[in-house]
Amino acid sequence: MSLIRSLFALVATLALAVPTTVLGQQPHYGGELVFPVPSEPPSYDGHREETFGLIHPIAPFYNTLLRVDPNDKSGVKPAPSLAESWTVSPDGKTYTFKIRTGVKFHDGSDMTAKDIKASYDHIIFPPPGFGSIRKGQYADVESVEAPNATTVVFKLKHPSGSFIASLLSPYNFIYKADILAKDPHWYETHIMGTGPFIFVEHVKGSHVVGKKNPNYWDKGKPYLDGFRAIFIRDSAAQVAAVRGERAQIQFRGFTPAARDDLKRTLGDKITVQESPWDCILYVSINHKKKPFDDPRVRRALTLAMDRYQASAALSKIAIVKDVAGVQVPGTPYATPPDDLAKLAGYWRDIGKSRAEAKRLLKEAGVPEGFAFTFSNRGIPMPYEPLGVWLIDQWRQIGLNVTQKVIEPAAYFGVLRKGDFETAMDFQCGYIVEPDLDMYRFTSASRNPANYGGYEDPVLDKLYDEQSQSTSPEDRKKIVREFEKRLLDEQAHVLMTLQWHRIIPHSSKLHGWQVTPSHYLNNTLDTVWLSP
Amino acid sequence: MIVYIAKRLLLMIPTLIGVAILTFVLLRVVPGDVVEARYLTQGNQFQSQELMDLERHKLGLDQPLWKQFTTYMAGLARLDFGLSMWTGAPITEEIKLRFVLSLQVAIMASIIATLLAIPLGILAAVKQDTWVDYAVRVFSIAGLAMPSFWLGILMILCMLLVFHWVPPMVFTPLWVSPSENLAQLIWPALAVGYRYSAVSTRMMRSSMLEVLREDYIRTARAKGLWLKLVLVRHAVKNAILPVITVLGLEFAFLLGGLVVTEQVFNLNGLGLLFVESISHRDYTMTQALVLLVAAATVLANFVIDIAYAWVDPRIHYR
Repeated sequence: MSLIRSLFALVATLALAVPTTVLGQQPHYGGELVFPVPSEPPSYDGHREETFGLIHPIAPFYNTLLRVDPNDKSGVKPAPSLAESWTVSPDGKTYTFKIRTGVKFHDGSDMTAKDIKASYDHIIFPPPGFGSIRKGQYADVESVEAPNATTVVFKLKHPSGSFIASLLSPYNFIYKADILAKDPHWYETHIMGTGPFIFVEHVKGSHVVGKKNPNYWDKGKPYLDGFRAIFIRDSAAQVAAVRGERAQIQFRGFTPAARDDLKRTLGDKITVQESPWDCILYVSINHKKKPFDDPRVRRALTLAMDRYQASAALSKIAIVKDVAGVQVPGTPYATPPDDLAKLAGYWRDIGKSRAEAKRLLKEAGVPEGFAFTFSNRGIPMPYEPLGVWLIDQWRQIGLNVTQKVIEPAAYFGVLRKGDFETAMDFQCGYIVEPDLDMYRFTSASRNPANYGGYEDPVLDKLYDEQSQSTSPEDRKKIVREFEKRLLDEQAHVLMTLQWHRIIPHSSKLHGWQVTPSHYLNNTLDTVWLSP
Repeated sequence: MIVYIAKRLLLMIPTLIGVAILTFVLLRVVPGDVVEARYLTQGNQFQSQELMDLERHKLGLDQPLWKQFTTYMAGLARLDFGLSMWTGAPITEEIKLRFVLSLQVAIMASIIATLLAIPLGILAAVKQDTWVDYAVRVFSIAGLAMPSFWLGILMILCMLLVFHWVPPMVFTPLWVSPSENLAQLIWPALAVGYRYSAVSTRMMRSSMLEVLREDYIRTARAKGLWLKLVLVRHAVKNAILPVITVLGLEFAFLLGGLVVTEQVFNLNGLGLLFVESISHRDYTMTQALVLLVAAATVLANFVIDIAYAWVDPRIHYR
């Protein structure tokens, strides 16, 4: 009987093992991953920069305390990295992390809790005269302590629903404490982490090269011998690099036309992964300029927009697709489509919606043919098609809109000065999380990125309530209320369409999962190339 | 001649100072600065005015304009261009890295342009109103009509469609691997060289036609001199002067002006650095690059003038 059982087990094991090998799912060691990066970072310091141009070539040299599970398509599930596990105190104010042992920096020294503390102090409590770009994100943190070599404790001022998510930031590289103590600026010009790859060279304007870390703590990884990140600004040149098989992937995203072109010419040699993208363009409305101080006018602007028709049409030519509220569709806190359709501007019946828009304009005393300016950022994709679409939509309710295209580097300076009537703005996050995605929409007095200049204490209160709620269900309800006030009742801003991330990559590339964020999954430890 | 050369060299100094002042002022008139470009363009949710103020202080952007200007001019006097406001690296290092590539493309494109323009221009003039002339004119007008970046895109598409191949994406110096280097740079050099030859071909043709109608050419032919000898010894030497001007000035332009072509072929050259420094509002880098291109143009003019005297013995400078 036991022989039969053993034979059965053997057959079952083989049956499971054979397909994975046949299908090529067994990771293969070796090879160099080559990928274009559309922009180059000004420095190497993840604590200081906020561009994907830093993450794509530099993240493989580092680890973070926690990471997003590399196999999670929604890009929100926390997974251990340098912290093996964590616990939360009953009052929700103390987070204790058990730090992995046996992790070495690339210079051979041991990584301990001291390095984690120093790195987070560098981000949250920077030394005098040293600014931190992410300090505001950790305003709830009271202290970071390292009582021993394997424990790190974060104490918060109050419970937070998003604290773990904030530790998933791919920018929060763990640096060596001794180096930071000697020179807090050292990491701006040097690279030395614990990551799966060791820095080889950076030729400015050209490329970054990394080689496999043979002493990587996650035994058996990485699979690649190395990687080469090549800075290619021109999108046609990036597509040509993949099409000419000089590069295997570009991690940010291609247009639908590029995807179709690659698929048509390379066939099975190309695999396409797609996902809603945690970036959205929205219209900021200057509340300090008449008649935009009137919520009826703002509601009319959103009611004019046929988002469903736009989704069908624009998704063929631009990197946008889903109709969305304040959260990426399909993610835990996103409003289901049927509920979203109840908000102003999301009604399925566009005729009724536009009739209501005209009524509101009339009621607010806005004359037929009222003219105003829409400022747009001088970036072709997707600003240009969305700008053209918006103008057309507003013309449908009798408004006369002129587009003013502003050069990208000057754009946000103009918005900060309030020198606009309506303008395109954008929101992009490294993780789909209400705290991160909704902060931009709080009152101008607490948030300098509120270019519309409005004050809304009700909205601020809702934001704080959801932020401090530790119950996902309660939080979901508050997020809905926030969304309804922001997009419907007050129509402070007008959402366009959620970006759509399209990654056509070589079919030889495995172990990489697209997520809603182009800042995630760039450590490359799980990536491998089939022969 | 030596006095003339010295005078010309000295005259370059006020020209370059004028360029430096103009660049300094114009850059600061345009809205936005490097701190805004760095911290406001990525959609950061938690913007910090404190951080932006600190960065402006670090870069000296909070100082009055006159003080920024005197610091800049004092640096120039010591030939110190300072640090890039974007990367913090020394400007000379950043430029040196790209200069080799840009210089090589400029030289290769100039050689291609010269090799195409002079023989074709002469041929078109000598065979005026024949099919040869028409063919050369069509060839040169096509070169003028097609921007070099567009020709570059066509080249890449053709290579992809026919050979399933694209040029290397990373620059390899000529002395490291000549084949790899040429595999990358020959294509942009051809695209730019063709465009560049078009102007010179037409210039050479019209100049030759003018010279060929001169009395001394007729006299030389009447004496029974062999046509090739007349062309080489008398006609070309006189007709080539305006072509030298065009070739020289184009060369200076090529050093920093191949912006789009560099993007198409992903060349890490000065043109791309120029555009990036402007879009990043990197004042120090843009100032240095403008000055470099201005110096190259002034120097090219100077070399052209000296070349005139060498080609045409009737020209003397005092």
